[in-house]
Amino acid sequence: MTVRPGIVTGLSGPSGCGKSTLTRVLAMLLRPAAGRLTIDGTEVRRWRHRAGLRTRVGLIFQQPRLAVDPRFTLLDVIVEPLRAAGRPLAQAVADAERLADEMGLTADLLTRRPHEVSDGQLQRACVARALALRPRYVICDEMTTMLDASTQAHLVARLESYRQETGAGVLAVTHDIDLLERWCRPDAVHHLPDPAIMVEGMPACVTKQVARPVRNREARPPRSP
Amino acid sequence: MSHTSTSPEAVSRLRVDGLSVRFQIPGAVVRAVTDARFEVRQGECLALVGESGCGKSVMAHALLGLLPANAEVTGAVRLETGGAEPVDLVGAPEDVLARRVRGRMIGLVPQSPATHLTPVRTARAQLAETLRELGNPAGSDDLADLARRVGLRPADLDLYPHQLSGGMAQRVANALALAGDPWLIVADEPTTGLDRPLVETTMSELRRLTDEGRAVLLITHDLRATEQVADRVAVMYAGRIVSLTSADEFFTRPRHPYAAGLLDALPSRRFTAIPGHPPELTLLPDGCAFRPRCDRATAACERIPELNEVACHHPLEHHAVR
Repeated sequence: MTVRPGIVTGLSGPSGCGKSTLTRVLAMLLRPAAGRLTIDGTEVRRWRHRAGLRTRVGLIFQQPRLAVDPRFTLLDVIVEPLRAAGRPLAQAVADAERLADEMGLTADLLTRRPHEVSDGQLQRACVARALALRPRYVICDEMTTMLDASTQAHLVARLESYRQETGAGVLAVTHDIDLLERWCRPDAVHHLPDPAIMVEGMPACVTKQVARPVRNREARPPRSP
Repeated sequence: MSHTSTSPEAVSRLRVDGLSVRFQIPGAVVRAVTDARFEVRQGECLALVGESGCGKSVMAHALLGLLPANAEVTGAVRLETGGAEPVDLVGAPEDVLARRVRGRMIGLVPQSPATHLTPVRTARAQLAETLRELGNPAGSDDLADLARRVGLRPADLDLYPHQLSGGMAQRVANALALAGDPWLIVADEPTTGLDRPLVETTMSELRRLTDEGRAVLLITHDLRATEQVADRVAVMYAGRIVSLTSADEFFTRPRHPYAAGLLDALPSRRFTAIPGHPPELTLLPDGCAFRPRCDRATAACERIPELNEVACHHPLEHHAVR
């Protein structure tokens, strides 16, 4: 598959079909058994902690609580990639505060640790962290499954403004068909079948997902409030 | 076994009246639930929706008597079972909760059924243990019967949790919840992390339990799942129920500005977020807690609005009914 810059690519499929494993390979966190990954024309040869292209890809996980160090404050969470990339502390903090402000996180929230904030607030910090080094590609692995509708709309709107501002490519991994239809380019939605069920033939849930027409986002009339 | 034959005057119901839950933490009081009032009766499904941290899980734990020791609970939670003497769950001794209530009157459908099961024992062993502890040791016929009622083949019971698909694990969890034939089912975020076909399966199971004559309380942030199953919808914000209406009214003519904002945030609707954050439960503003985020707020909102279907001083009007 190809994730192109400037557009939102969708990836869906039932639980256990390999979506998360694939996203971890794309983020260079896993070395594939076979096949190639190229990023902007450069083939990836070093993986995991050796990956030199690491900062080209930002990754947002499903469960923010498992994705942050519980001893960090939210400010530390956002500062960490900036420090790791060698920014001076004062500049890293200033950048992190600006990123947090863009996510709607107040100065008070930034002083707290993960157990003192809600899932939605923690995920906002994780989005700020993913955008800190201005990645060319952002991968959202079920980013909003745990969150309420309003927080989901807010996070997606932030990623959309980042994409429009920087021309970054976004990969949205989700089994929420409504979200894919609304967010992704209709011709850039991939559906992975369930490998376990494929053996016995296509189950109803897979055929339904594959066969369901993906409507054009622009063609949808806005619903009156 | 059947609940449908119960005579009207002997309808079982859960009545929550003025329930408040407070936690004392150093230097602050967490007002997790404030003055909740609602009722769920047999044959209906009430959905309690709201964002994370609004107090809905604390509510579920209060109903099951599973709150930690530092919780201060006031108000009444009464289980009226048929014509029998009602049980007040607030202040009920652990002995009563363990022997009469949990599993027998209230069954819990857990978040993430696959992790709820013991990984090293078969579904059959876990079901048999539950039945034994509930006081009706079961033969293999009873187990097969229970399996069929939740949509499993009796042979499926010999599988270990890692051999079960997500949908089968959900059904085993349902079988465990139903082992003591409770008339009230509390489902606490049953769809988190499930893919959409599995959400739909889980919701149709809950609907079937409702139609069998059980009372179902669904606690969730998933509005699409809610739409599939709920008869009535209660919206919780900052520890209070701010809207309690029929599901049809909630989805087509929401009158509370927060309810309307949640629906507008859906990808299938306007996909716009409500500005701002919910307040801290330790620092609730005076008056309506939604006031700082509400574009209709006026001076009247400095008083806490009464809950009369919606708790709002200036609810949205819907003239044209679609």
